[in-house]
Amino acid sequence: MPTRYSIFSLLRESFGRHRGWEPAWRDAAPKPNYDVIIVGGGGHGLATAYYLAKNHGIRNVAVVEKGYIGSGNVGRNTTIVRSNYLMPGNVPFYEWSLKLWEGLEQDINYNAMVSQRGVLNLFHSDSQRDAFVRRGNSMRLHGVDGEILGVEEIRKLLPMADFDNARFPIRGGLLQRRGGTVRHDAVAWGFARAASQLGVDVIQNCEVTGIKRENGAVVGVETTRGFIGSRRVGLACAGNTSRVAALAGLRLPIESHVLQAFVSEGLKPIVPCVVTFGAGHFYISQSDKGGLVFGGSIDMYNSYAQRGNLPTVEEVCEEGVALMPCLGRLRLLRSWGGIMDMSMDGSPIIDRTPVDGLYLNAGWCYGGFKATPASGWCFAHLLATDQPHEVGTAYRLDRFATGRLIDERGGGARPNVH
Amino acid sequence: MRIPCPYCGLRSHEEFVYYGDATLQRPDASAPDANDSFFDYVYLRDNPAGPHRELWFHAGGCHDWLIVSRDTRTHEISGAEPARSAAAGDGR
Repeated sequence: MPTRYSIFSLLRESFGRHRGWEPAWRDAAPKPNYDVIIVGGGGHGLATAYYLAKNHGIRNVAVVEKGYIGSGNVGRNTTIVRSNYLMPGNVPFYEWSLKLWEGLEQDINYNAMVSQRGVLNLFHSDSQRDAFVRRGNSMRLHGVDGEILGVEEIRKLLPMADFDNARFPIRGGLLQRRGGTVRHDAVAWGFARAASQLGVDVIQNCEVTGIKRENGAVVGVETTRGFIGSRRVGLACAGNTSRVAALAGLRLPIESHVLQAFVSEGLKPIVPCVVTFGAGHFYISQSDKGGLVFGGSIDMYNSYAQRGNLPTVEEVCEEGVALMPCLGRLRLLRSWGGIMDMSMDGSPIIDRTPVDGLYLNAGWCYGGFKATPASGWCFAHLLATDQPHEVGTAYRLDRFATGRLIDERGGGARPNVH
Repeated sequence: MRIPCPYCGLRSHEEFVYYGDATLQRPDASAPDANDSFFDYVYLRDNPAGPHRELWFHAGGCHDWLIVSRDTRTHEISGAEPARSAAAGDGR
């Protein structure tokens, strides 16, 4: 019986000098057959496996991961969770995700450091105020919390910001108090552990090299660890979605782009919530260790390299300094890149594909982390019932052909501008 | 990344604006299957991990459109040519 994490298990192990802890999940070897195979052991794939087992009783499930758990985007993001969306297809989905975050640690018995410290979107002009007031109204109409703060309230929250910048004065902000941050790699480990305890096989270092079909229907996947049979295969491969889907002859409305993120040396508390800079594209929060975690836009060109180029580093840091001039004295500890599956309207896809038995969870752009629990919940529902979950009905693969796009930014079919 | 512009020499990529896959061909709008072919053209991409021919506009330089050959796994650039002469070469 696996250990249930609690104050009592911690005390018990403390007396044994912490030598009794078991690995959090089984490092499984592939079996010949499964009811469902999830390709991709990131947050979304592991969450899908967990909810398949928990909500639908489907426990004969494999999650196959080409690297190790936590090596992909689930360990490469800026850990922000929020549901401050505008479009009808998005708001219910992301709000469901935030509700799942709120109960996640108790549900999976894992400390994921869910911290609802708030997400504050600053605005810098009258027209931007109108846009954010509209967004806040849309959120409240959907039952999501959101409030407009004036400059004086923001001064109390964020005294180090440059309020009177000649070009980008801060005029106010839209605050979602229930938004915040979650420790990202704990999400991967927590879902892996919870799924594994329910019988899911988490198979690492197992790259899918082929998708085998008979009479147009999926019968399994070829991997670097041999053939694994299953009549239901779900893809949750983030930046590598196009490559894996191509193994089944699919061509998708997705481009892969690199997004960089940064962490500074540790500081005393200076940024109390997640703050976004409305005059550019910049978001910042402070980790519990004190490091400032921040990022900006993608590098804008197709990439599978998991690293970016210096002009984007410069651009992101310039935006940070425009928001908080004191950041100019900071040293960066690390920067890294992740490969984003940029869809053509900036919104995700959770749907069947034209290949029988092959299901797709993709197109998360650079907003996938906050969606992790709801993505898993909806993808598990789709894999188990062959029907979309009610909060994810808009995320159809055919919406690009039918014109039912969900374009939050109004950027058109240019994946690098979403 | 530095792009070898045929007119300006080796220049940092921040002088350029990226426009994506250069192998896409605008379909014939009067063809009977124009709906399907325009859907393919506007939305679907090969998105290869490896060699990629792509359009870059030298906004901070000569204002010419280039077709750059670049490996998306390493960002290594193997060449750049004016889009005009590349288009003439493949019959456009």
